[in-house]
Amino acid sequence: MDLRRQRKIVNGAALGLSLVAMVFGLFWLCWILLTVLQLGVSGLSLGLFTMMTPAPQSAGGLANAIVGSLITVGLATLIGTPVGIMAGVYLGEYGHNTWLGNVTRFINDILLSAPSIIIGLFVYAVYVAPKGSFSGLAGVFALAILVIPVVIRTTENMLLLVPSTLREAAFALGAPRWKVITRVTLRASGAGILTGVLLAIARISGETAPLLFTALSNQFWSLDLSGPMATLPVTIFKFAMSPYKDWQELAWAGVLLITLGVLALDILARLLVKNEVK
Amino acid sequence: MNGANDVATIRAEEGRSLSIDLSPRKRSSRLGDWVFGNIARTLAFAVLLVMAAIIASLVWGAWPAIQRFGIGFLWSNDWNPPAQKFGALVPIYGTLVTSAVALVIAVPVSFGIAIFLTELSPVWLRRSLGTAIELLAGIPSIVYGMWGLLVFAPILSGYVQPFLTSTLGGIPVLGRLFHGPPLGIGLLSAGIILAIMIIPFIASVMRDVFEITPPLLKESAYALGATTWEVVWHVVLPYTKIGAIGGIVLGLGRALGETMAVTFVIGNNNFVDTVSLYAPSNSITSALANEFAEAESQLYTSSLIELGLILFFVSLLVLSASKLLLLRLKRSEGQGT
Repeated sequence: MDLRRQRKIVNGAALGLSLVAMVFGLFWLCWILLTVLQLGVSGLSLGLFTMMTPAPQSAGGLANAIVGSLITVGLATLIGTPVGIMAGVYLGEYGHNTWLGNVTRFINDILLSAPSIIIGLFVYAVYVAPKGSFSGLAGVFALAILVIPVVIRTTENMLLLVPSTLREAAFALGAPRWKVITRVTLRASGAGILTGVLLAIARISGETAPLLFTALSNQFWSLDLSGPMATLPVTIFKFAMSPYKDWQELAWAGVLLITLGVLALDILARLLVKNEVK
Repeated sequence: MNGANDVATIRAEEGRSLSIDLSPRKRSSRLGDWVFGNIARTLAFAVLLVMAAIIASLVWGAWPAIQRFGIGFLWSNDWNPPAQKFGALVPIYGTLVTSAVALVIAVPVSFGIAIFLTELSPVWLRRSLGTAIELLAGIPSIVYGMWGLLVFAPILSGYVQPFLTSTLGGIPVLGRLFHGPPLGIGLLSAGIILAIMIIPFIASVMRDVFEITPPLLKESAYALGATTWEVVWHVVLPYTKIGAIGGIVLGLGRALGETMAVTFVIGNNNFVDTVSLYAPSNSITSALANEFAEAESQLYTSSLIELGLILFFVSLLVLSASKLLLLRLKRSEGQGT
């Protein structure tokens, strides 16, 4: 009888602790989000979207950084998505048991979690250093390399979910393989692949490390991809580390924009998958 | 039955004659297949090329430093740009210590979260609670960094560090970790923030592997009168041990390479002469983030690239190990119990 009580106590304690762990996890999420909301909202204004990044102790906004981020993230997605989808098609449709398929799958999963700052170093070594200058384009390349593994992973997963009877039916009608893939299997997994692209955009929108020595930063308005370019994350980094109060306020507003954007993309992607599964 | 077969034969014959009629079209579709298949194959191969190019470019960039300092680079603690002397000990130490602190906090918490999500939580709450934890992974690291520096560090130095010193500081050997001026920024705060960042990764892998435990095994244990905790400890955990370790190793890989959050709160100090966790220090990633764009001499740049090479090499080992562990679990699961 005593043993039974002891077991019950151990059980209760363990389950209680797991509840505590859950609360612990949620506590940080709430704390961070509430702080970002509270400190970010006070910095929001129309000027944030229309004025350039200011010198210390003067009024300004984040317009050039926001536009720079939109450009670099947009271009990186445009470059990375088709490459990722095609490589994913190889893994999902052609390379099930080939050495190339297996090795690529393994390497891709490692690239997916590899430190993003290393990608920045890589682009610096092969593109920035030979050209002799930091540039927005280098930032685009670094971000594109981060997009590719995410898209490959989801494309392959989604293609594997397509029932093979669907493929066989298309083949039986005499369709060539590339047509089966583009018209049937890719289309059937469209929503899933879109999810992957959204997740990739969410990931690179907040990336700072790979931009530090590729796109660098720029205090002024610039749409020139061959020169240094301001981006939201790098600007936040610079402003947040500074001792100036007004720079820090702008940084909080920027953090709010990024957090809301990234979480919205995340949730949208989840909703897409949920509908797909139904 | 017979009639259907006849129809099929006729169709097939029609098909054969059609394919003869449309031979030019068929040739074009064969060309299309060839082109499409090879584009896909080439781009898959390009992933391998990128990996090879990353390694090659890092080795090439680090070569001047490798030649100059040799293997001693790894344990020299002299990081002195004006004197052109570089040693990696402090950044390596910072990276290892912050990751260790992160794992010490994150592993038990993630285990608890995974148990909660698989065994305790009401079914209708499971999905939203799981999503909430995964959202922690979605928050960009720069947000963690800025929050850590401006909100978390002051609280840590004002309340938590004095408390830790007065309680844990008395323990004989371990206590020395908790001595020193409570600055708020340093190894401890970087480790705590890394822990928050890797909890969602470890917790979601653990949850996923716990869920593959066959219900039959669990129900048998329950039928013998086991408590929920005993089922988790004696049935679920042994069955999924490899996968759970794979998740922890994945978290470690993430912690080693995390840059921005660490850069904000670690304090960027290249001289460390104490074992205290309160000491400001430097990690490989924060050294790169802070110093690379400003490094002037070639040897300076090259030494920083060598730091990157060390980090990449270690990350590759750790992430490969995690991947192999998870694959092993998958394979053994296929064989049944």
